Amino acid sequence: MRRREFLTIPASALGGMLLYTLAREPFRLQAQEGTVKVPLRFFTAGEARVIAAACERIFPSDTSGPGAKEAGVVIYIDRQLAGPYGADKYRYTKGPFVDSVPEHGYQGKENPRETYHQGIAKLGNNFDELPVEEQIQKLQSMEKTHFFQLLRAHTIEGMFSDPMHGGNAGLIGWQLVGYPGPRMSYKQDIDQHFGTAWRPKPAGLEQIMRRPGKPWEDEKA
Amino acid sequence: MTNLKPVDVAIIGGGWTGLAMAKELVSRTSLNVLALERGVPRGLADYAMDMDELDYNIRLRMMQNIAEETVTHRHSVRDTAVPVRQYGSFHPGTGVGGAGEHWTGICFRFMPDIFTLRTHMTEKHGAALPADLAVRDWGVTYEQLEPYYWYTEQMMGVSGKAGNLRGKLIDGGNIFESPRSNEYPTPPLKHSYASHLFEEATRKLGYHPYPTPAANLSENYTNPDGVTRPGCAYCGFCSRFGCMIGAKSQPTNTLLPVLRKHKSFQLRTGSWVRRIVHESGRATGVQFTDAAGEEFFQPAETVILASFTLNNVRLLRLSKIGTPYDPAAGTGSLGRNLTHQVQNAWRIFLNKPLNAFMGAGALGQRISDYDGGNGLTGEDGLFRLGMLNCSSGGELPIASFGALPQGATKANWGAEWKAASLQWADRVSSLGLVAEHLPYRHNYMDLDPTYTDKFGDPLLRFTLDWTEHEHKQREFAYDLSAKIAPAMGVKLDSARPSRARYNVIQYQSTHIQGGAAMGPSPENSVVNPYLQHWDVPNLWVVGASSFPQSGSGNPTLTSMAVTYHAADAMIDKYLKNPGRLL
Repeated sequence: MRRREFLTIPASALGGMLLYTLAREPFRLQAQEGTVKVPLRFFTAGEARVIAAACERIFPSDTSGPGAKEAGVVIYIDRQLAGPYGADKYRYTKGPFVDSVPEHGYQGKENPRETYHQGIAKLGNNFDELPVEEQIQKLQSMEKTHFFQLLRAHTIEGMFSDPMHGGNAGLIGWQLVGYPGPRMSYKQDIDQHFGTAWRPKPAGLEQIMRRPGKPWEDEKA
Repeated sequence: MTNLKPVDVAIIGGGWTGLAMAKELVSRTSLNVLALERGVPRGLADYAMDMDELDYNIRLRMMQNIAEETVTHRHSVRDTAVPVRQYGSFHPGTGVGGAGEHWTGICFRFMPDIFTLRTHMTEKHGAALPADLAVRDWGVTYEQLEPYYWYTEQMMGVSGKAGNLRGKLIDGGNIFESPRSNEYPTPPLKHSYASHLFEEATRKLGYHPYPTPAANLSENYTNPDGVTRPGCAYCGFCSRFGCMIGAKSQPTNTLLPVLRKHKSFQLRTGSWVRRIVHESGRATGVQFTDAAGEEFFQPAETVILASFTLNNVRLLRLSKIGTPYDPAAGTGSLGRNLTHQVQNAWRIFLNKPLNAFMGAGALGQRISDYDGGNGLTGEDGLFRLGMLNCSSGGELPIASFGALPQGATKANWGAEWKAASLQWADRVSSLGLVAEHLPYRHNYMDLDPTYTDKFGDPLLRFTLDWTEHEHKQREFAYDLSAKIAPAMGVKLDSARPSRARYNVIQYQSTHIQGGAAMGPSPENSVVNPYLQHWDVPNLWVVGASSFPQSGSGNPTLTSMAVTYHAADAMIDKYLKNPGRLL
């Protein structure tokens, strides 16, 4: 039985409404106060802080808008690793495992959970406490690793996947790129708005369908 | 092993071709028909909650579970094959409806000369052809298949515009297409901004743009079976998703509603057929394992093998039916003529937003001015090409993030990359090639000596690589795209194709064809042109595994046309006098 672990985040760091100033600079409006205590499914609190810091370097919160921190990307990754994907339930994992040409993709034996544990060990337990420049250098030295490639892909997924998966908090990622989320119909709009940005207000799948989703990570791993 | 009550016909696979055969049989004969599908039941009600890019487009939740069975790949007979461990270049479906549930809906007829390609290419190019080219005549012609194409188009309600109506060329349709007996059942889909720009540009340059024929219906439609479905809502969730409103033609919303009315039809899911059992040149039934792991023998008078290309070929090999192809000796037929489809797309960046989240699987415009052998002399070693298109299937935010013009930034993560990616979000489209993949003697399928499926049976092995011809196809299409892009007010922003080897990582298309090819004589084909097995006359092997070579267009419609052609032969000739039809 796993010890219950939590990630404690200031509520003001997550989600929010994205507004643009007259100079077209993003401005995040957030009225939430206090802290959010997120139960972790896979990471320890310390591991979650390391991964959160690494994701923040990949997709930083800066003048171009909010990033991995506000989207809660680490929560997304934690759930993916705890679920069937993390355990490679849907990857062919019979041996022999042999190195092959790059055209054959990842041929390793390690599943995403193991790859993350190896990656966190390389980053170090105090990665989140290092100065930003050192964090960047460390990640640059790991760019070619399978771990980094997964981390980068998962960061983008956590930014832009449906919020039922744990990331994209407050649809902040979708607000950032002007994606409206799944919608029932664009029949009246598909051949309109040519050349001008048409940005319907985003909504998540559960909101649109008015029922709970069945995210794959909730399936038994 | 439990012995079940015999049935007249056992069908392996509950996708497009399996259910098409079932429907013809139960509505035109009194036979009882059992379809065995190894996946789960599925239908409209499941699909609304599927509008989730992560689970369905990235993690591929509708595909066959690759942990249970995959294929192995090597580039040549000199290499050792390794398993495709995660999906990449193609996506086999599973569950009722098969890949027909999550397909895009692009609905082409093949060019007419595809069916007599050996004769045609030999006459046109003779000695200039590559020595190891394995193109064939199918033993069936376009004229013979035309009624079956039309039958399929009506069943699905395909949307499009005819360009060649009984020989009369019509502007706005594809004037290079094969002559059709009828206009499309429903008009073309609406335009997107990108398809509109492509149409204007290619027309201005003197090409002949036309709307991609689509199984995503442009309007409400009732097919000849009385099945009514709504027009497309352009929600953009087609490829890799099931349609939540049934506007995209899928086996579960066209064939299954009809089949359910017949008591003589039974569909058994969770049933993984592992062998076709045969004795003295006759199939006696099939052996399958259910979801609980229990084994069954299902006796049948006739067996129809109607699963995906990969499994059709593999199951014949595992069942020891037919003669395996030997590429060194050039003997045998099972596994040869493996083709994929040649696809490439090159980016264009616009300075205006595209609202590209809207779309429909097959929404787009194309040109066929260089389709088949159009406009090609063969002198430079390029004999066959295909179509160039600009499509709007609905862009999703994970997959599309980070598409950047060349040189925008060197980084692919961090602040600079993020800012550039945001700047170019919703500004990217692409010009794409889909071309014929010619068959070669060295591209084939057999069984892997090392890797096995969840039952311990050998996996199918691909020996497959691109050749000089495919590189030339890509280079020609790249140059053509580079001419079209400026007429759209943009420049082509991708590097010239790199002559890379076949890779299993990047999605290509789920159009693996051949391996159990048809032909006019048993020497070099597995099935006759009626898709009846040469050696086992009560076994029929239907679908795209029967194609000696790929067309440029996507294969579903042709796969259905040859299957309906087979159904007619089976019902009108074979059942009256069971035996070899040829």
